[in-house]
Amino acid sequence: MSGDGPEDDPRSPLDPLLDTPRREGLTGTAPADRYKPVADPELVTTPPDGRPMELQPAWRTDFPVDWPQDHYVERRDFMKFMILTSLAFAVGQAWIAAMSWLRRRRDRHPELRIARIDEVPVGGAIEFAYPEPHDACVLVRPREDLLIAYSQRCTHLSCAVRPQVDRGVFHCPCHEGRFDMETGRPLAGPPRRALSRIVLANRGGAIYAVGVEERTI
Amino acid sequence: MRRPFSRKQRGTILAGMLAFVMLLVVLQLWLLSATMNAYLGGDESVIWPATVASFLCLLLNGGLLRYLYKLDGTR
Repeated sequence: MSGDGPEDDPRSPLDPLLDTPRREGLTGTAPADRYKPVADPELVTTPPDGRPMELQPAWRTDFPVDWPQDHYVERRDFMKFMILTSLAFAVGQAWIAAMSWLRRRRDRHPELRIARIDEVPVGGAIEFAYPEPHDACVLVRPREDLLIAYSQRCTHLSCAVRPQVDRGVFHCPCHEGRFDMETGRPLAGPPRRALSRIVLANRGGAIYAVGVEERTI
Repeated sequence: MRRPFSRKQRGTILAGMLAFVMLLVVLQLWLLSATMNAYLGGDESVIWPATVASFLCLLLNGGLLRYLYKLDGTR
């Protein structure tokens, strides 16, 4: 049977004239080398004045014309900002190290007489300042045989904690933080570190503050 | 002569470097907060090792920044 080619089949979508000379470039049947791009894909940036990038002012590299280059510049600037942040963190770390070194140099606490033992009632508290005049502390006597003192500075945001001897806790009114009275450890609220403990000494019936003990837990 | 990186290649290299920088910066942030907590709690044993580690991270980041400038120069 003659005429069995695609041109005779009414269902065929192929144009029988695809291979016609001078139509190749229009129908997609031409060899691939006919479709070579006219410009290098790398050179998609065309500055407004049309001159090549080498002749453009330096600022144009930071203000690209096309989106792919703009994305590259964005990420590059973000990376520079992150490295600046890294520098800030390292400087902060050095600052902590310097503060630690300074603290160790002047880590000599004076002795301070707080009160006589019989001046502190059982279940009562006495406020005092140690080691500096602005460092508020509190001495409590929850039992007859127990005297303990802590810095009043809450380890969350430095609000003054208040003793609640009947409940056996120190209470921070700012954010409802609570510390155990006997150990100074945080029980509730945002604080995570224990209160600084004031080291006490009994000298001839009088209570002296002789040091500060800071703790992470 | 070494062929310069294409725009797409530079983008990929930059994304890799950025991921590494982010990792180091997060590590430094963790070091800083942990060291501050230790310092406020009176524990000074971790301060100097953490400072050295943080500066090593900064050094690595500085090296990556240097390479970034080099990358920008080889178009």
